[in-house]
Order: sequence, then structure tokens, then C-alpha cells
Amino acid sequence: MVRLLIDETSSTSLVKMSKQQPAQFINPETPGYVGFANLPNQVHRKSVKKGFEFTLMVVGESGLGKSTLINSLFLTDLYPERVIPGAAEKIERTVQIEASTVEIEERGVKLRLTVVDTPGYGDAINCRDCFKTIICYIDEQFERYLHDESGLNRRHIVDNRVHCCFYFISPFGHGLKPLDVAFMKAIHNKVNIVPVIAKADTLTLKERERLKKRILDEIEEHSIKIYHLPDAESDEDEDFKEQTRLLKASIPFSVVGSNQLIEAKGKKVRGRLYPWGVVEVENPEHNDFLKLRTMLITHMQDLQEVTQDLHYENFRSERLKRGGRKVENEDMNKDQILLEKEAELRRMQEMIARMQAQMQLQLQGGDGDGGVHGHHV
Amino acid sequence: MDPLRQSPSPSSSRASSPRTFSCERLGYVGIEAVLDQLKIKAMKMGFEFNIMVVGQSGLGKSTMVNTLFKSKIWKSTMPGLRVPMPQTLQLHSVTHVIEENGVKLKLTVTDTPGFGDQINNDKCWDPVLGYINEQYERYLQEEILITRQRHIPDTRVHCCVYFVPPTGHCLRPLDLEFLQRLCRAVNVVPVIARADSLTIEEREAFRHRIQDDLKTHSIEVYPQKSFDEDINDKILNSKIRERIPFAVVGADREHMVNGRCVLGRKTKWGIIEVENMAHCEFPLLRDLLIRSHLQDLKDITHNVHYENYRIIRLKESHALPRGPGWVNLAPTQSPTPTGTRASPGPGKVCRWAEDDSDEDF
Repeated sequence: MVRLLIDETSSTSLVKMSKQQPAQFINPETPGYVGFANLPNQVHRKSVKKGFEFTLMVVGESGLGKSTLINSLFLTDLYPERVIPGAAEKIERTVQIEASTVEIEERGVKLRLTVVDTPGYGDAINCRDCFKTIICYIDEQFERYLHDESGLNRRHIVDNRVHCCFYFISPFGHGLKPLDVAFMKAIHNKVNIVPVIAKADTLTLKERERLKKRILDEIEEHSIKIYHLPDAESDEDEDFKEQTRLLKASIPFSVVGSNQLIEAKGKKVRGRLYPWGVVEVENPEHNDFLKLRTMLITHMQDLQEVTQDLHYENFRSERLKRGGRKVENEDMNKDQILLEKEAELRRMQEMIARMQAQMQLQLQGGDGDGGVHGHHV
Repeated sequence: MDPLRQSPSPSSSRASSPRTFSCERLGYVGIEAVLDQLKIKAMKMGFEFNIMVVGQSGLGKSTMVNTLFKSKIWKSTMPGLRVPMPQTLQLHSVTHVIEENGVKLKLTVTDTPGFGDQINNDKCWDPVLGYINEQYERYLQEEILITRQRHIPDTRVHCCVYFVPPTGHCLRPLDLEFLQRLCRAVNVVPVIARADSLTIEEREAFRHRIQDDLKTHSIEVYPQKSFDEDINDKILNSKIRERIPFAVVGADREHMVNGRCVLGRKTKWGIIEVENMAHCEFPLLRDLLIRSHLQDLKDITHNVHYENYRIIRLKESHALPRGPGWVNLAPTQSPTPTGTRASPGPGKVCRWAEDDSDEDF
């Protein structure tokens, strides 16, 4: 498995560097050396040339800081002309899907990042139909990939499948809301869910711990399958194992997002300035932003793999089993289809009977020129 | 006026009867002593105040009530504690009698757990409206009795505090629907809950957007502009209206800050002091609800909202519902009152009342 090499300028992160630096090249004349140990380097070079694609979906009620977090994570301004709609417009709005793509490059490595936003989620008074649009979108991407994969020209398949979904949980509740549970259960078989507690600066440390525990309990109670970080393999070094352990223990991550630079303790940090103090975004004691970023970056490849191997394959097998027949309404069950078929049959029979009667009349009328008189009893 | 007149010191709670003054002063009648008499009577009777808190779970309603009245009215639910989410909206009230400096206050707090928490929140305001109207009905029934109680127990909701979640954007459709309906029936004070998630700039922007939304949808929250009685009221209330909705933070734990013991929330980056105006606007809310406008809330509930309800009920049935000691309050020119009996005609209204009273006894 090729590990992504994205160097971190921040000294506090512990991204694992590949053991084999491209610079070190073992002498090919060494006896017993075949040379395929160099393969990872070749793959690495090719991947860097090709660039990476990643699609991230963010779902959550409005006002939970989703856009701010995305901007903070990728240090970009994905929504430069954002206009927050007024309350009157919100009433009529349904859930929409907005995908924005941005190309980020760092140290020669290109990442084509697509962020799929879902404005309008959870806004309406009746949120029953909130997630239909989102599920349709996810299925559509799978469908498109399946179509491309089964097509003739497979060289440039664009992978727009959703690799990861950040689900934003409100810190103000006492755990998961019914809408959260319903939504996660609807998509946990289609996409990797990473639950995130938004606006974590409203919670004290104790409240945060309690909320995390409560959310984990509820996730287990409702058998929701969230994305689990793969355990560190036994041949990794201790640091990496420890880091993975820490990451796993912090799920769901409680984050704060900001792109504003505030002066705190003599240095400039990204944070939020309150009258009672400064919340630093990149301070691990204040929130789990760094952990979330580390997780996303070190496991980007794994997220893509799980999407490909698990979710996409599930979708594909379901789809092919259905045999290309487009199911219009999934709620229709077999009995209904049977009834409909019977009704159709009856209609056909009636039509045939009518046609027969008409034919009869015509025949009668044909030799009935003299038959008029024949009616005399 | 008479330069020798002196008013009694405001801190004296003892009624100074006119005789202790030199009432032989010219021009002094002693009318102002009525204030003292009122005060003593009021203190003996005690005050009643009914407040309702509405908002999604986790917005700090219980904590806010505890902070407002500095008592453990509710056991505030901590985030993360196992709280079974009620499937339908239930209301439950708690009554306490709290006392301060000899003044007794019978406080009833009604909570609305389950509001806005379901997937389908359609008509979740109906139970709340139903409860409010029920209290009005109860009072009405007591009022139309022939032998009324001297002091009708007042369970009507005097103030409804609506907690708006601090999204920072604008009012949600649910908020708008609820506020539109309730502002016509009760005094509503919207507050921005858990305001420690907003910076000062975000708070102001949010506040302005909410004010715009309220204006666009013609929602009149307390203090209502149309009930300002005189210019002083107008000035005072305008100042309050500029700051509505207040951005509040609730806390019932005490911490030491600079040697003082304050109510607040302790986080890694600082302590949020609840009673510090620079941190949040809780003192404004407290002053509005308790220190300056408590009586006004009750008056408006009684004179405006209750009267509106009464008029609607009168119009509905052309007469008030028949309770014990039923009296036909309809004017004598009214057409056939609803009922199974044929109307004997407008002139016979009084006799009809007598007939009915025969029936009752």
C-alpha cells in the first residue's frame, strides 16, 4: 500500500514518513538484489504525476460551521461569494447539492479536492425528505462510475464518488437527534461516515467527554456503521501506533474552525477571539482539529479504498442483480406489482373482447344485408 | 409646591402613617401614603409569576432558569447525560416559592421538553398554544362565577422565553412559525441561547439579522411597540428593543475570578462570567424579567392577551360557556343564542335566565 507523502510543516503532527526515501537507491550490483524493492518509488512517482482525487461531503444543519471548517482544513476559501439566505428564503428551500472543486498543490503533490455541500439540510420544519436528495446524489455518482467502468474507453475515468462524509453533530443537544440517527442509518452502507462535533468551543472539557461517550453509545445502540480507522500494523513504529491509538480514542472529533489570525501570547495563531479568551484552532488542548486533519490526510488513501472495495462493490452487486431494470419507486413491493399486472391483463382482455364484438358486428353486418329481414321471428 | 414637603425614604418598609408626619403642615393631604399601603398589601399577598421556557433540548433552558432565580428550580441536565427523548411534546411545570427581603414570589416555570427535536416538527407549537389557552380558560371560568374568589389564582403564562439556537445565520422556519403564532397570545422574549459560541461581531450580525427577520414577518415581541404608554416607556423600551434578542449564557457553577466568586463556565481558554456585561447579556435579561418589567409583563398579559382571548370566546358562543352560576353576558339585542331551545325573543332574555337558573337548582 502506497502511503501518501504529504509533508506537514506543523511540527506538532506526526505524519509517518515512508521508510524508503526516493533519494536512497540501493546499489544494484549487491549480490542477491533483484531490484523490485524499488517498485514503491515508481508507483509513488506515477501517483504524484497523476495527482490525487478526493471527494468529501459535508452534511449538517446550517449554522454549525461546516464551511468555516472546510476552509480551515484545506487553508482555502472555498466559498468566496457566500451569501447567507434570509429566513424567508429558507422556508421555501429544499435540500440542494453544491459541489465545488479546488486543486491544491503542496510540494509537488496535486490534490483535486471536491467538497459537496448540502445547504438546506435540517432546515425545514418537516425534515422527512431531507436526505432523499443526498442519497440520490451518492447513488448517482456510483451509477456514473459503474457506467464509465463498463464503458469502452476506461482510460480517463473521473472518480466523483463520495469518499468520505463528515457528519456535523450539534454540540447543543444531549447526543444524537432523531434526524441524525435516521440519516446516518440511511447512508452508512453507501459512504464512510466520520462524525464530527461542531463548534466545540461551547463545551467545557467535561461536557465534551460526556457528549462523546453519549454519541458513541448511541451509535452502537442504533448499529450505525461509522468509518473505523484501521489499526496500525505491527511493523509500524511505536510513534505511529500511539498516534493511531490516540486518534481512535478521540472519535467523534470535536472541532473548531477558523481562518482568522489572532494575536495570542506573542504569536499569531488561527483562532476565535472572545472577550474571555482566545480559542486556538491548532491547539490540541482546545479542540481536535489537528487530529481530524491528521486522520483525513493519513487515511485519505484508506478512505478511497474502503469506498472502492466496500461501498462501491455493494452498490455494484445490487445494481447488477437488478439487471439494469430501472426501479422507479422502491416502495412498490411485489404484491403491488402483481396487482398492477393483473389489472393490465384485465384491461387487455376487455379490449380483446371489445374488438371481437366489433368484428362480430361487422361480420353480421356484412351478410346482414338480407339479415335485416331475418330478424323476423 | 410646599417646600417643606418631604417624601418618606424609599428604603423604609414600615408604613409611615400620616400621623407621624407633621400632618398639620399646610397643603399636605397624605395621598402618597397610599403607596406604602399598597406595598404592605402586596408583600402580604405575595406575587405570582409564571414563565415558560421554549426551545430545543440542550440550549440551556433549565440552567438559565436556575441562573435567573439563583435557585435550583430544575435539576439542570448536563450534556451527555442519558435523557430519554420524549416522542411528543410534553409540558411540565414546577412551582416554587422564593423569598427575598420579605417579598414572596410564587414562581411557576413551565418547560417544553421535546420541542423541535423530532424529524417532523409540524404543529409542535400546538401543545404550547393549547396550554396557554387552557390557562386563560381557567381564569375565565373563575371570573364568570357569581361568587368569585377574592383572589383568583393566576396560572396564566406571563412570559414565554424563546431560545434561539446560535447558528449565526438567521431564524429558522420553525422559529418563525412558532414566534408568529405565539406573539399574538402571550408575551414572547426571544433570546440567543448558548451565546458563548459566537464572537462579539458574529453576535451583533446575528442579532441584526434576527431583528430584520422579525420585522419582515411582523412579529411583535415583548416589549411591544404598540403598548408603550408614554414617552418615558417609549425611551426605556426602545433601548431594550435595540438589544433584543439578548445573547445569554447560563451557568449554575461558581468559580473564583480575581478573588471574587462568580457564576460562570470554566474552559481551557478562559472563564465566561455570566453576570459580566462584556461577556454576555444575561444581566439585561434578568433585569427585564425580574427587576424592571415583571409587573408590566403581568399587566399586559391581563389587559391585552387575556382580554383578546375573552373577546374571542365571547364572539364564539355569543355567551360565555355555561358553568355553575351561568350568566348570559350577551347584549339584550343579540339574535338567537346557540342552544337547543327556541328563543323566546330579545325581550324575554331575563326570564330565560331565570328559567335556566331554575333548571340549575
